Amino acid sequence: MSTLKDRMADIQAQAAKMNKQVYKGAENKATTFKKDFQKESPKLVTLEQAIKQSGLKDGMTISFHHHFRGGDKVVNMVVDKLAQMGYKNLRLAASSLQDVHEPLIEHIKNGVITSISTSGMRGKLADAISKGLMKEPVIFRSHGGRGSAIVNGDEHIDVAFIGASSSDALGNACGFSRSENAKSICGSLGYAIPDAQNADKVVILTDDLVAYPNTPASISESYVDYVVEVESVGDSSKIASGAIRDTKNPRDILLAKQAAKVIINGGYFKDGFSIQTGSGGASLAAVKYIRESMIEQGIKASYALGGITAHMVKMFEEGLIEKLIDVQSFDKVAAESIKNNEMHKEASANEYASKDEQGSATHYLDMVILSALEVDVNFNVNVLVGSDGIIRGAIGGHQDTAEDAALSIIVCPLLRGRIPCVVDEVTTLITPGSSVDVIVTEYGIAVNPRRPEIAERLKKAGLNIVDIHDLAKKAKSIIGDADPLPFGDKVVGVVMNRDGSVLDVIKNIEG
Amino acid sequence: MELKEAFAGTLESGDIFIQIAPSKNKGVQIDLDSTVKYQFGSQIKKVITETLQGLGIEDAEIKATDKGALDCTIRARVTAAAVRATGKDVWKD
Repeated sequence: MSTLKDRMADIQAQAAKMNKQVYKGAENKATTFKKDFQKESPKLVTLEQAIKQSGLKDGMTISFHHHFRGGDKVVNMVVDKLAQMGYKNLRLAASSLQDVHEPLIEHIKNGVITSISTSGMRGKLADAISKGLMKEPVIFRSHGGRGSAIVNGDEHIDVAFIGASSSDALGNACGFSRSENAKSICGSLGYAIPDAQNADKVVILTDDLVAYPNTPASISESYVDYVVEVESVGDSSKIASGAIRDTKNPRDILLAKQAAKVIINGGYFKDGFSIQTGSGGASLAAVKYIRESMIEQGIKASYALGGITAHMVKMFEEGLIEKLIDVQSFDKVAAESIKNNEMHKEASANEYASKDEQGSATHYLDMVILSALEVDVNFNVNVLVGSDGIIRGAIGGHQDTAEDAALSIIVCPLLRGRIPCVVDEVTTLITPGSSVDVIVTEYGIAVNPRRPEIAERLKKAGLNIVDIHDLAKKAKSIIGDADPLPFGDKVVGVVMNRDGSVLDVIKNIEG
Repeated sequence: MELKEAFAGTLESGDIFIQIAPSKNKGVQIDLDSTVKYQFGSQIKKVITETLQGLGIEDAEIKATDKGALDCTIRARVTAAAVRATGKDVWKD
């Protein structure tokens, strides 16, 4: 007969062979009622404790998401705290920055933040950086490009600070809350998921600490090191601010109708198609017209991607769209829908648009409608730098969706005031012409010569197809010749392509 | 030509707000604030000056607040301001 005692010599021998300890007996069991026990979660700390315990050091990289858009409170709160604690020389890796992040100007001047990577920026921060505020150029990446860079190590994150509308004490976190005390909602946490999965340390900040288990969760506890309860992570009423607006502008409506006709007649408007629309007024409005045609022709979409809006949610609820794939909820309706509908899937930035991920949703995208600040005669697009040389936008998913979609449609007016939107050469190259198929303006539709079959189909449908050079000439004839911009010699921004190559640089603007 | 202080235009996007006043100095002095100053500042000043000269106004102080107006808009606003400043209706007289 063999007892445990008899086998002990063999157990010890095996343990030694495997370089392991022999089992010494369990620690004391936690016998507290578990609802009370979870309140003592070792992960539950103050922001200052989280920062200290994370091991963050000067020179390291901290990351943030922008799902609260203009309502975000996390970036300013955390960077203020880091400044107070005496940190210097930090790299800030944000999925995007907004007007609300103007206080970063002071933190850059004080040397707390010395390097930034982001999808875009606006407002006074963008203005100051365009004029040469930072020593290091800002690295601009698309959302898919950022996801890839985080995974392949180009963008290594030391500590991720993730604002969440609910989390339990263990770090199961969501962009919404199922509790009665919900203070905020941002919907999808898609841009924060690569950070959570790849950062060395992950801090969840939440304004609604809920009971375990807060599942299904956007971010699993297994990625989370610290949970910090704060007064507010964001003002949800500002999610639909910034670029998102429901247009009443007659020109936008005209552009939207034309874009919808391109969608309907471009050859991909078939049962089971997939679509994404960007955040411009016209591309949002186009969805309404596409819906009407889908009903008329009895066509259903397999999925809508994005950037999900109330319009898309409505069509999903009507059964016109089978599934929603949501990397970012563009309004509160979308944010509520992701909470309530299982078929409204939250996607990480990589699942959304990474070039390295075969299964990313953009790879299977038929059509995308995007906006632009400028397009040029070679179909290159700029969505980042204004015609005055000042940064005022974001790459977003522009590069990703334009390159992957079977039919990419850019909607932009010929002129915005005196600013020409169809030009000889874009101020900054963001999306190469090789990705862009159709440009819709109120003066006609230009089709990339690479896609003669699309031009044929659109002509047949009675659309006004024009030469892009004629559009540029027309713009020039109305506004006159512009003087060159007073660019300086300093590189203030680097534009990355989604494949990790360098596409363009942004020079400082003087004055 | 005798001038009073006058203005025309709005601060809406795509418009220009023109304030005109008599000047002790020779020539047209223009204080321009424009959203497209880098690219079109000199062109805007040229259109303002030429429009005034076309109406027989050689000396004036102009404050122009431009929100990306096209040349046709600039001419219309400058003309309206000039008509109000001189009392001479160029469309009737």
